[in-house]
Amino acid sequence: MPTGAVIEFRSISKRFGGVAAVNDLSFTVEPGRVTGFLGPNGAGKTTSLRILLGLVAASSGTATFGGVRYRDLPHPLKTVGAALEAASFHPGRTARSHLGVYAIAAGLPRTRVMEVLTQVGLAAHAAQRVGGYSLGMRQRLGLAYALLGDPGVLVLDEPINGLDPEGIRWIRGFLRDMAAEGRTVLVSSHLLSEVQQSVDDVVIIARGELVHLGPLSSLDTDAAPLTIVDSPDRENLKAALTAAGIAFSIGRTGLLAATGDPALLGHLAFAAGVELSVLHRQKAGLEDSFLALVGGGHTL
Amino acid sequence: MNMFLRSVSAEFAKIFTTRLWWILAIVLFCYIGLLAGGLAALFAGIQTGVISPDAVNTGGGAVSFGSLPPLVYSFASSVGYVFPVLIGALATTGEFRHQTLTPTFLATPRRGLVLGAKTVTLVLVGAGFGVVALTASVGIGGGVLSAFGVDALLLDSETWLLVARTLLAMGLWAAIGVGLGVLVPNQVASIVIVLAFTQFVEPLLRLAASFLEVTAKIGNFLPGAASDALVGASVFTMASPAGTAPLGWWQGGFVLLGYAVAATVIGYAVSWKKDVT
Repeated sequence: MPTGAVIEFRSISKRFGGVAAVNDLSFTVEPGRVTGFLGPNGAGKTTSLRILLGLVAASSGTATFGGVRYRDLPHPLKTVGAALEAASFHPGRTARSHLGVYAIAAGLPRTRVMEVLTQVGLAAHAAQRVGGYSLGMRQRLGLAYALLGDPGVLVLDEPINGLDPEGIRWIRGFLRDMAAEGRTVLVSSHLLSEVQQSVDDVVIIARGELVHLGPLSSLDTDAAPLTIVDSPDRENLKAALTAAGIAFSIGRTGLLAATGDPALLGHLAFAAGVELSVLHRQKAGLEDSFLALVGGGHTL
Repeated sequence: MNMFLRSVSAEFAKIFTTRLWWILAIVLFCYIGLLAGGLAALFAGIQTGVISPDAVNTGGGAVSFGSLPPLVYSFASSVGYVFPVLIGALATTGEFRHQTLTPTFLATPRRGLVLGAKTVTLVLVGAGFGVVALTASVGIGGGVLSAFGVDALLLDSETWLLVARTLLAMGLWAAIGVGLGVLVPNQVASIVIVLAFTQFVEPLLRLAASFLEVTAKIGNFLPGAASDALVGASVFTMASPAGTAPLGWWQGGFVLLGYAVAATVIGYAVSWKKDVT
């Protein structure tokens, strides 16, 4: 079983002309976990990943796998599998010959080609020219390329884009399985909701800079807790809340009380003899925290 | 197997897993077969008197084109050289166009090594195109000459040296194509340059240069002229008015090699080693 290496970004910066696409980015990605690399479009995710893979030269800083730069890896495809965009194919080549070319270049057994095509569910289309593939099939072929060397590290740029719902469910399980086997899995996305069911950790960047780093649960901040409460006798409920000094506003599904303690509201209503029809804590969404971090003004 | 040989093998797989190579090879065979066969018939016809000299208005008398077989056989390179250039340029610009540089450089991060492997591969593929073109020019052209009773010189060692030099020239042309491809990675621009230069610009330059002795000497260093010098025979050198001696065959070879190396090295710096985005 291949073991994952630690991915380390150390003070990576990249300037295109005078514009800083990535600015002093540092973080590490641990094996055995799925790490979501998140940020709005244009935040510098793809540039960072391309620097990591030696495709783009950083203006300064280093990015390594277990301390080794990509170009210095003795067996790159056996160490790191990467899927970048969904269009890196010659349309006239079949899926099998596309993968065959790179299996030869990397010195991998030709049997791996059909193995990975089977693994991503493209075995039936192996002899078809890639030019006729749908976006979802191209995504799967990109993933097959990443898996060719059975690598311990997976770097996937927006792998969920263009997948159908069945494909999305499949890739979520796939990412979990890869991490459970001890591999390092780094997945970028511009939508938290796309990956929140599969990631353990999140690295969030905006405008080329790191804005948040930590386990997914660290996004679950509750700065202003709210509890939704309602009653058939809403006027008396309002009076009870006012008497207890709890601020509230009127929402679509009931009163939004400024407290994170539903039991307190239950007790107040009971004491005031008011029947309750709704009582539940409103969770601040992960997406809300994410949007706040990356600056809600951006189009996502 | 070491990394370089693996890369060469992968580059061969890239060529032979798309349709381009055999389409170009078929067109090359038909084109050269038609030209070599047709012109062999015309020249041999005139030389042997089957076609009246008056019919081609040469002022009467017997006409001699020198030895016909080398002239006919050299169509393989003097006209066919555009095909190895095209496949070299397409194989290289295709990597940019289809963004296959990404998987290529992920599998083999040593970019200079990949470009070297591509050049070696295309030199061999270019020589393969040489085999195709010579099969047409020697096979069809030689057959037509024999039919007119002209000795096709198939047992002459000079003929086989010309064949060998033609293979070398075709290989070098494919390397020039690779160089052009990294120099001008835009595929459409690259094809336009190949076609415009080989079919129009260079023939005109060679003709214009040939009228004065000074310019004729410079004109000898044009790639097409150098190629004809390497092969040792060409319908173009036959047609040049000034009597300037062409380069020696090995000089012509080095001039071609120089073009290939210069284009590839400059192209490596301007496109191949740049960011792949």
